Formats: sequence, structure tokens, C-alpha cells
Amino acid sequence: MRTVIIEPVFESWRQSARNLLALRVPPSDVLWCEDAQEPTLFGLENETLPRVAVPNVPSAFLDMARSVASHTDARRWSVLYRVLWRLTHGEERHLLAISTDSDMRQVQLWCKAIGRDIHKMHAFVRFRLVGNDEITGREQFVAWFEPEYRIVRLGAGFFEKRFAGMDWSILTPHECVHWDGSAMHFTPGVPRSAAPDDDALDGLWRTYYRSIFNPARLKVRAMQAEMPKKYWKNLPEASVIAELIAESGGRVEKMLTTESRPAKPAPKNAYLDSLRKMNTLASPSLPSTKGS
Amino acid sequence: MELQQKLEILADAAKYDASCASSGAARKDSRGGKGVGSTGGAGICHSYAPDGRCISLLKVLLTNACLYDCHYCINRRSSNVQRARFTPDEVVQLTLDFYKRNYIEGLFLSSGIIRSADYTMELVIDVARKLREEHHFRGYIHLKTIPEASPSLIELAGRYADRISINIELPTQEGLTKLAPEKNLARTQDAMGHIRNKIDERHADNRKPGAPKPLPFATGQSTQMIVGADDSSDAVILRRADVLYGNYHLRRVYYSGFSPIPEPSLLLPIKAPPLVREHRLYQADWLLRFYGFSVDEITTDAVPNLDLHLDPKLAWALRNRAVFPADVNKASRESLLRVPGLGVRNVNRILSARRYTRLRLADLLRLRVPMKKVMPFIITADHNPARLGLDDEALRARFLPPPRQAELDFDTPTAAASDIDSVRTGEM
Repeated sequence: MRTVIIEPVFESWRQSARNLLALRVPPSDVLWCEDAQEPTLFGLENETLPRVAVPNVPSAFLDMARSVASHTDARRWSVLYRVLWRLTHGEERHLLAISTDSDMRQVQLWCKAIGRDIHKMHAFVRFRLVGNDEITGREQFVAWFEPEYRIVRLGAGFFEKRFAGMDWSILTPHECVHWDGSAMHFTPGVPRSAAPDDDALDGLWRTYYRSIFNPARLKVRAMQAEMPKKYWKNLPEASVIAELIAESGGRVEKMLTTESRPAKPAPKNAYLDSLRKMNTLASPSLPSTKGS
Repeated sequence: MELQQKLEILADAAKYDASCASSGAARKDSRGGKGVGSTGGAGICHSYAPDGRCISLLKVLLTNACLYDCHYCINRRSSNVQRARFTPDEVVQLTLDFYKRNYIEGLFLSSGIIRSADYTMELVIDVARKLREEHHFRGYIHLKTIPEASPSLIELAGRYADRISINIELPTQEGLTKLAPEKNLARTQDAMGHIRNKIDERHADNRKPGAPKPLPFATGQSTQMIVGADDSSDAVILRRADVLYGNYHLRRVYYSGFSPIPEPSLLLPIKAPPLVREHRLYQADWLLRFYGFSVDEITTDAVPNLDLHLDPKLAWALRNRAVFPADVNKASRESLLRVPGLGVRNVNRILSARRYTRLRLADLLRLRVPMKKVMPFIITADHNPARLGLDDEALRARFLPPPRQAELDFDTPTAAASDIDSVRTGEM
């Protein structure tokens, strides 16, 4: 049994996996360990790597592995290596097509969790205006976000495409990303206190959130399924959720007891007259539907 | 009036429109441009209200003053609701301010009809034009259009918008005559036909090489039907939807359960919104679009309304037990799509995996297929449902909610979380 210590990032795993593959080390003989401080190729360092070509694997596998690397489950390195081994040495070149295989299924579930985390980042980042660049005059925005996994690099491209016309930074506990109009830069994570707390527009946004809510259709569970509570502390609109829920019963009650309004007579209006005239003329042909 | 008060009134006025999509737009982004904005991905829900609905667009009316008197609508002329009107610049600024903070995917702009259809359309178009041309906005724009507006204005709306829509509101002319006297079903469908032709023409992929690029036009149109305001059955609603999908190539038909409004009409007393019925209609809509079902299979003359207790695919399967069981290792894609509990994605996974392996129950379990639901309808390498008694009349009873739940008032929200999820993903 070999112990392989890697940095918990894709490139580090990839390097070690290529070496192990070249030495034809089967997955059952490898113990994968993470150590950001002391990544070594312990277990491999005394061996001369044979100069053999690393077998090609489908690019879909590399995409999946890159995504899974951002997960936090400690088993991911060994499962990835096992899938890699089966693809290359296990005569299971079709493994990626078999979602019912337990290794493949596990990899897919990890990918799904990462995809969801990235999606939530795209949805729930809230930029706050902090000023304008003194020279270019460009607006500058800063956001604070707490992803579940280390997905900043995977998710940042979306913001570059969408917000190219403004300067922005997204700060997270793991890693930060900055855009200045020409390139993205990545810096280490920062604490929450480094980001601004609010924005002058938050009040208007809460006004909108209150008004778009329909109290007659209260479905709190459906809301929380898509917007779990863990995100609420960084969403300006979340502070009014409790009161909207509490008020909804009374608001519906009030509607039910409001007296119905009779129809008012139509005002004098040339356009309404023309509509009435059109309605009395033969209608254009209407595709028939049975029973209508 | 303060901007905040206008927003309060004009967002409240827009919330009964169920459309929320921000997907399906042509791919564009702000790189190399002067503004912000991108579209072309799956669309993002930036927030959720406690009614469980997604918030992806700034959905407002330009004004809630209206000449029409649609009795289900809070903005009808007979309503005593407070009126307000945005200036085009106010909507433009709100859209940009909200967009830059990543609150929204873009703008959904509609309006009460003032003065005339053309006058109103011009105001709505002006907002979109300013966003696109003056502010280089490349985010999503959905414009509501009016069937009676001039074709040239609808064409202009389509140039700036990613999606345009006309709400059909009710599936029959009789319903409209009673509840929305200014609206006309034939004119609405006519306008949808013109929009469809425009979309087809501008997005045709048979352009000759070197031919000039056609002017931009929205990539899709959608509509909404209100459920439970008139007495139309689900069969009538779904047949109308089928015509709209078939003849006019709508991207989406939204179903909006008639919901109490603070200004009820004498003609239309308010009641709790039929949320379960609305949910079943969405499931049926998915069966029409993605599962190969026809309307006549989902609703019958004898039973024109969907079963509120069972999802429509399961209800169909129970009526058609003779076609089951389906062998997951052999059955066609079409047959597998009809198995209750198998969604499009899992059918694709099954078809892919079975080329290399014989599928067993444990394989389906790993795909998180709901086993209790599928087992009476499938054969696997290690399972044949004969011993479950597929022909047993008690099978339907297995799937009904327990008696206590069956007594619940189905006008109140009772759809299970998994049901809600299935509406979102389309997995049945």
C-alpha cells in the first residue's frame, strides 16, 4: 500500500494519478491523503517513472474530475482514481455511459452538488456599489458570498461575461475574484468584515420583493427548497420573509371580506369603440378545438 | 409620487402574471461592450418569494391604469386600486440598478392599456429601446404585447426583446366574452401567428451564404391561461394549450390558478386559488411536450378533469395497465417515458447504461428512481411485477394518499415537495 499526499486541488491529484498510472499501480494499493502544507509524492519519490505515454481518457472525464476536485468529500480522490483506472486498465472504456455504476453515480452526484453550488453563486451573489474608479470613472461593486465548496474559479467566468462593463470583486472565505475590465484576478479568502454590509438600492429591492409576493399562495417549503436558509444572511430581501409570512393570513382574510365591486360603465374612448366594432364583425378563422 | 411607492403599486399589479422564464434567449454578453448583461444560458432564479415562485426578472407594469375591464384582474377599470405610472426612464434606471447588483436577469415589462393599443405599445417599446440602444443592455427583456397593436410595433418590440408574449387568459371565447369583454381569442391567436412567422423567418437556418443577416427578433413567445376563473375543464384548457404549441410554436404556456385579489369583482367572487389543479396542469403540459402524450390520452370525454390525487402519468398508467409491464432492459424510449416514476433524464441514463449492462432493481435505486411507484410497471433482470398483482383493482388504492389526507381541502396548498420539484425539473 502506498500513501500519496496531495494538495486538495485538481492539478495535484492529476499529476499523482498520471504517475501512478504509469507505474500501473492499481487503485486498491493507493491511500490518498490531503495536505495543503506538505504535498509530497511520498511513496513514489524513490522510483524512476517509466517513460510511457499516459493513456488518453475522454475529455468528459477530465471535466468531471475538475469539478469533483472542488468537493470536500475525502473519498473523492480515490474514487476518481478508481474510475480512471477502470477506464484505462480495467477494459471499461464505456464506464462514463453507465450512470448505474456505483463509482460513476457517486462522481455524478458530486458533480451535481458542485453544479448546484455554482448555480447558487450565480443567483445569490449581491453586489454593493462602493464608488467609482478615479481615473476610468467605472462603477465599482463588491459582493460577499459563502459557497459550500471551493467553486470561485469554476463560477467566475459567468460574472466576467455578464458584468464586463463594471469593476467588481466577489469576496468569499476561500478565495476572492476581481475584475477590472481587462482580466480576472484571484486572491486568497477574506473574512466577512472585508465586504460592505449594504447598498442604497437594497430598500427598493425589498419593496419589490414584498410587492411581487402573493399572500394567497403561501408555499414556504417550496421557497426554502430552492433558497435554503443558509443563504438568507447574505440576501438583503430575506429580512422581510418572516413578516410577509406572518401577515399573509390577515391579508387573504381581508380580501375575502372585501365587498365586490360592480362593473363601471365604459368611458368614452375611440379605441374601445373600434374594439367593439371589431368584435361584432366576423372574426378571423379560429382553429377549432374539440370541446371548446 | 415617490419612486418607491410607484414600484410598490406597479410590481403588485404585475404579480398575477406567472411567466418567469429567463432562458432560451440568443447567446450574447457584455464583453467588449459598454454596458452590462448576458443571456443564453439556462436562466437563473435570483430569489424566491414565500409563495414559492421564482424571482428572475423585474416584473412591473408601466402603468396599472387600464381601459379594459377583465374581471379577474386587479387593474381592470372598475377596480378601485390606486393607480400609478412609471416614466420610461424610471423603469430603465431601476432595471440597470437592479441588474448591476445581480438581483435580476432582466426586465419583464407589461402595461395596462391606455388611450389605445398602439399608444401603449409605443411606451413599452421605448423602455426596451433605451435599454438596448442608449445603455447597451444585453440582459433579458420580455415584453408583453397587445394583439390589436400594429404589426410594425410588434416587430419593433421583437427586435429589442428576447421573448414576447400575449396572454390568452381564458381558453374559450365564451369565457372571454363573459369575463374579459374587450379581449378576443381569434385576434390573439392571429397575432400569435404573425409572431410565429416572424420568429421562423428571422431564425431560419437556411440563409444563403453571404445573404444579409436578418434583423434581430425575439427567440420565442409564451402565454398564460388563468385556471378556475371560468368553468372550463382541464380538457378544454389542455386542448387550447395543444393548439398553441402546435400552431403557434409557443415556448411555454403558463397556468395561473385564479387567485384572490384585493379588489374582487361582483361577476367573479374570489375563492382560494386552485393550486393543486394548477400543479396537475403543469404536469400534464410536460407530458404533452416531453413525454409523447396526446391530450386525449391525458383527459377523456368521460373524465375531463385531471385527478387531483394522482399525477397524470400515473393516472394514465392505471387506466392502461395492459401496456405494462415495460422491460427496462428492452423497452423502447417511448415506452419507458410512459412508466410512472421515470423522468426524461433517468430514461436517458437507462438507455445509455443498458447497452453495457443488464439493469437490476439496485441500479434503479442508485438512480433514485421512486421504487414503490415504478415497480408495478417494470421488469428488470431480477424483478417481474406479476407477483405484485398488476391487474389487482387494489393497485390504484396503493397510490392514493392515506384516507386522512384525502379529506384535506384540495384548494389549499398540499402538493408534496417532491411534486413541486417535479414541476421545476420536468421529472415525473
